[in-house]
Amino acid sequence: MLISLFGAIESGMIYAIMALGVYLSFRILDFPDLTVDGSFVTGAAVAAVSIVNGVPPAVASVLAAVAGFMAGCLTGILHTKGKINALLAGIIMMTALYSINLRIMGQPTLSMLNETTLFQQLESLWATTGIDTFFNGALTAMGADQTPSTWVIIAIMILVTLSIKLLTDYYLKTEIGLALRATGNNKKMIRSLSANTDFLIISGIGISNAFVAFSGGLIAQHGGFADVNMGIGMIIIGLASVIIGESIFGVKTIARATLAVIGGAIIYRIFVTMALRADFLETGDMKLITATLVVIALIAPKMVQARNEKKRRMKKKTELLQQKASEV
Amino acid sequence: MLWLQDVSITFNENTPDEKRALQAINLELPKGEFVTVIGSNGAGKSTLMNVISGSLEPDVGSIVVNDREVASLPEYKRSHFIGRVFQDPMAGTAPSMTIEENLAMAYARNKKRKLKPGVTKNRRQMFKEYLATLNLGLENRLKAKVGLLSGGERQALSLLMATFTEPDILLLDEHTAALDPSRAELIINITRDVVDKSGLTTLMVTHNMQQALDLGDRLFMMDKGEIILDVEQEEKQKLTIENLMQEFQKKRGSDFESDRAILG
Ligand SMILES: Nc1ncnc2c1ncn2[C@@H]1O[C@H](COP(=O)(O)OP(=O)(O)OP(=O)(O)O)[C@@H](O)[C@H]1O
Ligand SMILES: [Mg+2]
Repeated sequence: MLISLFGAIESGMIYAIMALGVYLSFRILDFPDLTVDGSFVTGAAVAAVSIVNGVPPAVASVLAAVAGFMAGCLTGILHTKGKINALLAGIIMMTALYSINLRIMGQPTLSMLNETTLFQQLESLWATTGIDTFFNGALTAMGADQTPSTWVIIAIMILVTLSIKLLTDYYLKTEIGLALRATGNNKKMIRSLSANTDFLIISGIGISNAFVAFSGGLIAQHGGFADVNMGIGMIIIGLASVIIGESIFGVKTIARATLAVIGGAIIYRIFVTMALRADFLETGDMKLITATLVVIALIAPKMVQARNEKKRRMKKKTELLQQKASEV
Repeated sequence: MLWLQDVSITFNENTPDEKRALQAINLELPKGEFVTVIGSNGAGKSTLMNVISGSLEPDVGSIVVNDREVASLPEYKRSHFIGRVFQDPMAGTAPSMTIEENLAMAYARNKKRKLKPGVTKNRRQMFKEYLATLNLGLENRLKAKVGLLSGGERQALSLLMATFTEPDILLLDEHTAALDPSRAELIINITRDVVDKSGLTTLMVTHNMQQALDLGDRLFMMDKGEIILDVEQEEKQKLTIENLMQEFQKKRGSDFESDRAILG
């Protein structure tokens, strides 16, 4: 239990980067971008192929992000210059990327079992520090019978994901970032304030998919393989993370919203892990679980609000009745 | 300075819906001139604004701002030096962003946007001072989302955003039409102050003839895509609503009033 929870947080931190990408397109740009299903795999494929061919894992991870950026820019160009509907532009790119991803890998699945990935590199560095022994010692002292094999992934992912979050927060408050947000909020207005909305959409969707692909590259290294089908339903997972996070942690400011997205990604992973431990559910049910989660996250806050509102009205009504009764 | 020569635009050409919205418009506005524009519904006033701002491309004709031909410049490039306020109070601001963020975007209008913070301490102070001139108390609500403001407050903010970088041309398209009379008057007063203070070259569309007569140095009357009346300074001061309607009847042989031109 502890171990699988630990694993859920670990991969949740990696998927959180993808979720931040989805947040950028869906929430900031108001652009329902389905490129994600394809670009996630593109990131995984580029990272895997590069590593298999001897590129240092850190560089391979950056290459993954660059590939995602290019894919996203293409979607943006299809939409702005080609005047193709946003959803359709994303679907077109997602479809095209499937073939491109296969070409990149040369085969449907590419294993990195015999390669050293970013995490393994860091793990061996980390092992010399003795931090693991310390934390695991602490866990055992608290009564845990099993301990995680390494803390390095969590440590490094907290560092990486939080840096990306902070950079995003900063970016969205710069002059360009403000214009980007206004592009998703009121295009007519920001165009009348001399911002090139086409450029902002193209680069924004580019950055969004760079995050997604970077996350894909890390997931591939975490799991030790890239698979051409690993991106199916990724957009829904991203959305689930965004929506769950927003409804639990709120969206008052940008910094709060991005933190909520990360939290949402981790909570989503924990949900899925728990669900899969139930005997009557199988791995294949995961998409159904995800869909259900999204529906709940979308509907629950509204139902709670409606109930509170109803309670409030009932209270007013009884107050009024009591008042009338006392007057009589 | 603004100069239009033979600017024409026809919508849906060669279809039953063909509409010649602008017919060979020629006009010249010296720097600092404030022109009010009146005309019945569908006369082409908004189209004229859109053609100048670049959100519509004319079929033919040239548009020159400060000796620079701008007809082929996309809207976002023209808006470096053309400020605009729309009729719809929702159109000129970003509702889910704060007042200070909206102002920061307007502030960056005539500069190249960079990767540095849009709202800084100095700028915030400057925004406060500008907002204080509106006398609406907005200077104390810098971090409020603009979507929470009333229509009048949003329109005042839009006006500030359109003017405080002192654009070469200011376009106001019925920017008080959606407001109640007292708010409309407030916005008109602010408009007069800003335009006077900064000496902006301004085109203001209005359906309120009295307003059109009271404000500005010059008056255009438009009909069927043409400027049918152009009155300057002294002559304009002597003009009354009565004169305007007679003038229209003389030119068009129809009744101006029945065109529902008086809405103000
Ligand atoms: N994009 C467009 N496509 C087709 N026709 C248009 C378009 N824009 C304007 N028109 C037509 O051009 C004519 C002039 O419209 P315009 O909006 O300029 O009028 P206006 O003088 O601003 O009127 P109002 O006082 O009602 O705002 C109208 O008949 C309108 O239907
Ligand atoms: Mg109009």
